[in-house]
Parts: sequence; structure tokens; C-alpha cells
Amino acid sequence: MTVDGTIEFIAALLMLSGAVMALLSAIGIMRFPDVYTRSHAGTKSSTLAVLLTLLGAFIHFASDQGFYSVRLLLGIVFVFLTAPVAGHVIIRAAYRANVKMSDTTIEDELKGVLQQVKQDAEADRTETGEIMSEDKKEELKHQEE
Amino acid sequence: MPAQFLINVFIALLWTLISDEDELSFTTFVAGYLVGIVIVFLMHRFFGERFYLSRFFSLIKLLLIFNRELILSAKVVLGHIIRPKIKFKPGLFKYETALRGDWETTALALLVMLTPGSVVVEVTQKGDAFYIHAMDVDQSKNALLRSLKRFEKAIMEVTR
Repeated sequence: MTVDGTIEFIAALLMLSGAVMALLSAIGIMRFPDVYTRSHAGTKSSTLAVLLTLLGAFIHFASDQGFYSVRLLLGIVFVFLTAPVAGHVIIRAAYRANVKMSDTTIEDELKGVLQQVKQDAEADRTETGEIMSEDKKEELKHQEE
Repeated sequence: MPAQFLINVFIALLWTLISDEDELSFTTFVAGYLVGIVIVFLMHRFFGERFYLSRFFSLIKLLLIFNRELILSAKVVLGHIIRPKIKFKPGLFKYETALRGDWETTALALLVMLTPGSVVVEVTQKGDAFYIHAMDVDQSKNALLRSLKRFEKAIMEVTR
């Protein structure tokens, strides 16, 4: 096998494993019992799938046409920045909306303290839902006194 | 630390001038900078501070650790998906972190979210504890805690 052939093979392998991983995480979304475990399959495995696919495409273009596409690498970076935020917000919203966990769940340490957590979060906001600065909080405290 | 950087640039500049080429070229400057890195690294204890590139190196180390964890835990999750019978026991547990400040906790939360098998459900108001939903508390809680500790250590090396 020549050097070019080997590089091409590695690129193809990366893309293929990325595609297989995306397929498996899609199957995972179907099979898992509740929204929390589904998010494991949905948001996480697919980030790795995107990483592998884009890396394969990058290597392919670099070796085949001598074109180093920075945009593909930027794509990886932005997926890695945005996917966890989206996953976190979805799961947090689900928990606060009292979406039931599956029956197999054996541990839930947030259950007792959720009310407190909610209150803490609301203490930071005005009536219209904007986040208050520290100065404004002080002001409110003085008014109450 | 700016002193170390300036000395490094100064060495690179000297290198470019002393090479005495027909015209000043950027590649010679880069080569000089690389030589300067070696010299500053060997001398950095005389400044009484950390080597100024050590943060950069620990950032690379953090990325490598993250990649390793990403691949390992993706394997676990995919293994659960293709198993004919689903029999893992998910759970939500509290993890108290030693990291402080917006940047450090955000970085740890990001890394935890990106590793398959764990989701941060809630961060406390002070940012000193996470509530983490793990896919298989029964089997892999210890492994998860170990990788959390590893991330924590690596982040601290970068920020402190």
C-alpha cells in the first residue's frame, strides 16, 4: 500500500466509524427507557460521531487535494461548544417539569433539594425574569428593611 | 511571566539578526523562537516563576485526557445500546467540586457533559457542586468519579 493509499484508508475508516456511531446513537434514542438516559445516547455519542466524520473529511481533502479546510476544524469546535449546553438545558428543563425517571433508577439526590435550588435561582431574578446585578440585590434588601 | 515572553522574543530577534541572511525571513524568526523556548525553559527557575508555556502544555494535556475519556466512555454507552436487553441502573448523584470561579466550573461541566454516560442536571447557585445524572450508577460510578477527579486536576493545572 502506498502512503497516499494508507492516508485515504484512514480517512475512510474515520468517516465510516463516525457514521456507524451516529446510527448506533439513533438506535439508542429509540431503545432507552426515559428522557434522561436518551439524552446520553442522543447528545454524547453523536458528538464523537461528528468529530470522527469531520476529521475524516479533513484528512481526505488535505491528502487528496492539498486543501487544509480550517472550516471543518471550526465545525468540530463549535459542535463541542454547543452540544453540551443544549443537552444540559433540555435535561434541566425536563427535571424541573417533573418528567418521570424510569423505574430502574436507583438513586436521586436532587429530589429533596430541588425546591431550594429553584428558590435560589429565583432569588436572582426580577419579576420580569431578568437576572439582577449584585448592586440591585443590595438595593432590594435595603428596601425590605 | 511577561518577562519570560519578552526574553524569548529577544532571543528570536537576535537569532534572526545573527544568522545574517540576505533578507529577514519569518521562518528564521520562528526557528529562533523555538531555540529561545529551550533556553528560557532551562533558565526559568532563576526567574523564580513557572515556565510561561507550562499552561499551554497542560492545556494540551487536558485535551488528550479528554479525548481518551471520550473514546472510553463512548465505547461503554455504545455497548449498552447494542446489548439485546437493557439492564443498566441510572441515577442522579451530587458531586462536590474543588474548583472555584466561573471559568473552572464551566469547563468541568462542559467536559462532564461531553463524556458519554453523564449529564449535569443542575449546578448549585454557588457553583461548588453538580448534580450529575449517570447512565449506570451501579456499575460505573467509581470510574466516573475517577475521571471527574482527573479532569479536575488537569483543569487546575491550566488555570492556577
